[in-house]
Amino acid sequence: MSVSFEDAVHWVRSFADVIAENKEYLTQLDSAIGDADHGINMNRGMQAVLGKLDGAPNGDIGALMKAVGMTLVSTVGGAGGPLYGTLFLQFGVATAGKADLEPADWALALEKGVEGVQMRGKAEPGDKTMVDALIPARDAFRQAVDDGESFEDALRRSAAAAEEGMKATIPWVARKGRASYLGERSAGHQDPGATSSYLLLKAAADSWGGG
Amino acid sequence: MKKLINKADDVVREELQGIEAAHPDLVRVQYDPNVVIRADAPVQGKVGLISGGGSGHEPMHGGFVGMGMLDAACPGEVFTSPTPDQMHEATKAVNGGAGVVHIVKNYTGDVMNFDMAAELARSEGIEVESVLVDDDVAVQDSLYTAGRRGVGTTVLMEKIAGAAAEERRSLADVAAVARKVNEQGRSMGMALTSCIVPAAGKPTFELGDDEMEIGIGIHGEPGRERMKMKTVAEIVEMMATAVVDDLPYASGDKVLAFVNGMGGTPLIELYVVFNELNKFLKGRGVEISRNLIGNYITSLEMQGFSITLLKLDDDLTKLWDAPVNTAGMRWGV
Repeated sequence: MSVSFEDAVHWVRSFADVIAENKEYLTQLDSAIGDADHGINMNRGMQAVLGKLDGAPNGDIGALMKAVGMTLVSTVGGAGGPLYGTLFLQFGVATAGKADLEPADWALALEKGVEGVQMRGKAEPGDKTMVDALIPARDAFRQAVDDGESFEDALRRSAAAAEEGMKATIPWVARKGRASYLGERSAGHQDPGATSSYLLLKAAADSWGGG
Repeated sequence: MKKLINKADDVVREELQGIEAAHPDLVRVQYDPNVVIRADAPVQGKVGLISGGGSGHEPMHGGFVGMGMLDAACPGEVFTSPTPDQMHEATKAVNGGAGVVHIVKNYTGDVMNFDMAAELARSEGIEVESVLVDDDVAVQDSLYTAGRRGVGTTVLMEKIAGAAAEERRSLADVAAVARKVNEQGRSMGMALTSCIVPAAGKPTFELGDDEMEIGIGIHGEPGRERMKMKTVAEIVEMMATAVVDDLPYASGDKVLAFVNGMGGTPLIELYVVFNELNKFLKGRGVEISRNLIGNYITSLEMQGFSITLLKLDDDLTKLWDAPVNTAGMRWGV
């Protein structure tokens, strides 16, 4: 299997749907340790992305990712805008000019994306951020590909690792973002950013790997 | 929730339309991306000064656009940082050839969005200096947090740096005076009630009838401690002690004392607070040589107040006294 341009569009659409479905949930997670806007902001951004998808079908996955990133940067605001915007812009750099993605292409996209997010947000693993879902997902995907697993299986392993990473944030004390102001009081809550990142990778597994 | 809004999604746009209708002599408003721009910008040869942040803190920042203060403000959604394209539009609109200062409150989202905007501006050959405000003593600054939040000192920085820019000081000098304000300013806030974010529709936090939150942030972020109500004198002493002890405000110092309402507290109470603050500082030998009392950096309808002290010297005092003509602050004109 490889991922076609249409598959990539499908993934972006299904991520928008998942964000819309989980808008309240993400906002509720954010109200516990942040400022209660993560679901609202991400939904505003992904709805704006949907509005632009119809206009620009051109077969270049890199251009698609870049367009998604630019739209998120200009519509989400908060910390989510620069971080998810950068993630997609870096996906775009890694997949520039490609009409299809092979497993190695997606592994590179994840590497570049995570690198960009870390550069922008300066978060390390364990800070209780989206990075705590993204890094395990990146590593699990790379490992699965190295183990010779199919693209579908690698995507599922990657999403499972993201879910584990997301859940691992629950007992942690936040060291980045608004949640860090709470100190010890941030423990016991799942990080909203790690949750939306898990949803992004789960959407990829569901959309490209058949769930 | 009872609010004077039509639709939560429209509140920022409709507010901007109101500002545009009310103050055409001071500002022009641009939409998508949203920017409030000084009517006569760009002022040739003057350093441009922009700031921005989530909406809901009015009159900050849009109410501070005009002669002697900001050249442009970027309003985000309520309590949500604006986006880099807004800041980039603002930067281009106010660049009179002498460079642009970005005043950035220290919140993760604001910092990242302004970083991206500064990168965009520099890539187009516009000189940008970013100045961070992180004056909230309620937050412990450590490697393990996002650092102190930017609160009341922001208002004083925008006024003082605006005056410095008006004097045609250089980009480096305007940024330096802004940084000095941050170094010499400290704040702390408290809340009696929560704010209600329009899109959320319910209070951000719950406080009992006899409780208060000490060290609250301007978005309803929790503070240092939740406790039973005390007298005004006790509350002011607790907060002013935290502020004064954080920076060596010493006996003999002159300060600007800023008592700020969070949006839902009447002026009569703010003057009671100021009275207690004046007594407290006299006891410490600190002289209030300038003051500002009122609602300047608010948190929607939250009841509560913040105290900001800025240690003054002759230059800062002169810049504070300089004329300013904005919707939210006006004197000497």
